[in-house]
Amino acid sequence: MRAAVITFPGSNCDRDLVVAMETCFGRPVARVWHADTELPPVDLVGLPGGFSWGDYLRCGAIAARAPIMAAVRRHVARGGYVLGICNGFQILTEAGLLPGALVRNRDLKFVCRPVRLLVANRNSSFTSAYGSEPITLPVAHHDGNYVIDPDGLARLEDEGRIAFRYLDNPNGSMADIAGVLDRSGRVLGMMPHPERAVDPLLGSEDGKPLFASLLAAIGG
Amino acid sequence: MSLEITDELLARHKLTRDEYAEIERILGRPPNLVELGIFSVMWSEHCSYKSSKLHLEKLPTEAPWVVCGPGENAGVVDIGDGLVAVFKMESHNHPSFIEPYQGAATGVGGILRDVFTMGARPVALLDALRFGDPNAPRMRHLVSGVVAGIGGYGNCVGVPTVGGECTFHRAYDGNILVNVMCVGIARADRVFYARAAGIGNPVVYIGAKTGRDGIHGATMASAEFSAEGAALRPTVQVGDPFTEKLLIEACLELMERDCIVAIQDMGAAGLTSSSFEMAARGGTGIELDLDAVPLREAGMTAYEIMLSESQERMLFVARAGREDEAFRICRKWGLDVAIVGRVTDTGRMVIRHRGAVVADLPVAPVSGASPVYDRPAAELVRPVPLVSESIRSPLSPPDALLRLLGCPDLASKRWIYEQYDWGVGADTVLPPGLGAAVVRVHGTRKALALTTDCTPRYCAADPRTGAAQAVAEAWRNLVAVGARPLAITNCLNFGNPERPAIMAQLKAAIEGMAEACRALDFPVVSGNVSLYNETDGRAILPTPEIGGLGLLEDVGELVRPDRAGPGDRLVLVGESRGWLGASLFLREILGREDGAPPPVDLAVERYNGSFVRAQMRAGRVRACQDLSDGGLAVALAELCLASGIGAQLEVPVSAAEEPGWLFGEDQARYLLAVRAEDLGALLADAARNGVLARAVGTLGGDALILGAHPPISLRELRRVNEAWLPSWMGEAV
Repeated sequence: MRAAVITFPGSNCDRDLVVAMETCFGRPVARVWHADTELPPVDLVGLPGGFSWGDYLRCGAIAARAPIMAAVRRHVARGGYVLGICNGFQILTEAGLLPGALVRNRDLKFVCRPVRLLVANRNSSFTSAYGSEPITLPVAHHDGNYVIDPDGLARLEDEGRIAFRYLDNPNGSMADIAGVLDRSGRVLGMMPHPERAVDPLLGSEDGKPLFASLLAAIGG
Repeated sequence: MSLEITDELLARHKLTRDEYAEIERILGRPPNLVELGIFSVMWSEHCSYKSSKLHLEKLPTEAPWVVCGPGENAGVVDIGDGLVAVFKMESHNHPSFIEPYQGAATGVGGILRDVFTMGARPVALLDALRFGDPNAPRMRHLVSGVVAGIGGYGNCVGVPTVGGECTFHRAYDGNILVNVMCVGIARADRVFYARAAGIGNPVVYIGAKTGRDGIHGATMASAEFSAEGAALRPTVQVGDPFTEKLLIEACLELMERDCIVAIQDMGAAGLTSSSFEMAARGGTGIELDLDAVPLREAGMTAYEIMLSESQERMLFVARAGREDEAFRICRKWGLDVAIVGRVTDTGRMVIRHRGAVVADLPVAPVSGASPVYDRPAAELVRPVPLVSESIRSPLSPPDALLRLLGCPDLASKRWIYEQYDWGVGADTVLPPGLGAAVVRVHGTRKALALTTDCTPRYCAADPRTGAAQAVAEAWRNLVAVGARPLAITNCLNFGNPERPAIMAQLKAAIEGMAEACRALDFPVVSGNVSLYNETDGRAILPTPEIGGLGLLEDVGELVRPDRAGPGDRLVLVGESRGWLGASLFLREILGREDGAPPPVDLAVERYNGSFVRAQMRAGRVRACQDLSDGGLAVALAELCLASGIGAQLEVPVSAAEEPGWLFGEDQARYLLAVRAEDLGALLADAARNGVLARAVGTLGGDALILGAHPPISLRELRRVNEAWLPSWMGEAV
């Protein structure tokens, strides 16, 4: 498992994601700058949470056009894996690597709390280590309300590409969607923060199986 | 070009005739307008502390673990293993009342800069908020705007907002308080100070461009409000947290790469205060070239450039030979950067603009010789103590408890803290809503415990006792999670110091604070004074806010309030005399705000706290809650809600008729949850040490039972506690 995390101006969960990956994968994680045009040779790329370019314009819209994103597309085309969390999920939808969009929360407020989730697809490379029990992960976002056209939603449902669903929907997302996969199953975007849930001291270890699933899928 | 000094001109600069005469004496000539503007901000109450300085000197500021006390951008304390904690609290009251979102947001931005300018990575924010009567005009707008502003800024920069307070009283109807505390972590050998040094070293400007916003913000913060306050809106700055985030990363990288000799943020009074303070502390001079300052709009005058309070700007003295590296780092982060001056040995600030010298001032007198006032203070009227035994409650104890838990001051603040990202950084061990916040020191086993405290109704009744109580409560809150209290920062919010009654409050509060800090070995390492908190002559309650910091050497020593289990015994530590004077019970149940606040016996406070910490270290305390507003009954309810478990409280027969035992606010008390098998040893230790501790009940079930009264289900307790704030904000509950 070779992994890298990209830092955009305004990313603020980049360090947290690196620490979580290093804890769970047991090896160093490369850090990549948004202005770079090439990725190091890696299996997995992490797009972290935060407020890239201040979330000005639209969340993730400017980051989706950063030089490094061309390399991320090539990485996906080559068969690589991508995990986008929170702002990273927003960037992936803005980049067209995932369908749908993330708009302002239903209550128009930022929301930060632990939420209970159902692992809706337990066969993916990101979720195979989860059991059938609901899990708890924190969310922290202003724009996590997932929307998609009816045909797109039907496709997601039919193809089993909804990875996580909220049990107590905190933001108004359609079909309680908290995380979606691309058609290849190698790109996951999710609003909840698994990287904040790998240490019992912080109240939940339910993020660990996600990283363990990746390790199993990609290999040590 | 000589300037005509009129009363109107001086009034606009908030300078008195006497102060102006002193300026002429210092210069030996009349100042020009730029110079007058510089004096006006440097000698403003906000920058010069001219009304409080004499009294602030009474505060203890030293301890073996204090690395840097007041006078720098923030206080620094040693937390061991080559690390220090850097922290400070600051007010942004006036701007937040005028424009709540931007006022609160820029308050967060300002205090963050105070901390990272010292080389520390900010790791936690706390906010102590005081609002007016919930029924007062604009109050919902103010609460929602302030909360959104704090969240909007803190969430974006990626510093968790982990705690604080939020209470309501009509005395803040026209003047809310927004006090923000920031805590950072630095390596002990990499703390940066604002002392310009190295003759010829370049003075570098980094950050956002300078615009016309916020000109005279510091003088605004030093004047009373009037109904025309709304007209001051253009002096409220607009924050850009994205630029701040870049500035944090760039500055920390510049420090790491050894590019910086001295650094100072451009806060109140912007370029003026940052340049003067660096030169004054370094004993140097500076030549500034205003043509090099990055500007947002063309045609700005020297006066405007020097007094602008545009946000997200820093000034640093670069290390000679490292300029190229410094520029590379600034550009990498996409920030404007420019050499705007040089350090000189003249002791003078020489400012050039468009080919002319527009100001030439001696640094030391502008920065250090501001007037100091020993303003007259009135005799304080001592409150008449209340005979607590005579108080009868119109409500049964369960009904009174529900009323208290649902009142604005004690109601859950979930609606607020869920708008703050309290978890970014993945080190928040004890999140908001559970007493002191606990944040792990990244990459170590250590953790910091953080709290903000003040009980303004006590301070109004007796400022000296009230301020001592605020320090004691902060100390107690830290002890309650198992931390060793190290030091405090403060924010002294008072009315107009030119009124003797207000000055008396300020003096007495500082004395009470000093006494408590000394007795508890809990020195003041940084702080801020906010005066003129009045609207149309009505002052706020005196609010000497305390921000406390404690250390857990190992996060495993943490004692959480949410770990009580069924069968655990409840132990009340400390003496209960049923003190109801100035209590929350008196105000919320009987509609009275009279009486003296509970006495603060600092020796007992310390003794009881030491006992509790020793019992924690012995592993006998499963959960702990300190007693404060609402006394034992409220502390128990909070413990039950945190742990999700009910309790049976044994109410002594002698106390059955008097609300004081349940709701009295005697100080120096803790409620512990102890395993049944540990109870004997704990009580024996208490007896041996002369600490009053008694078993008062047992945890279990799903209801809270006060003596022989009907049970209150946990579900009802939670519903009442959670309902008030969202329903007041007009949301479905």
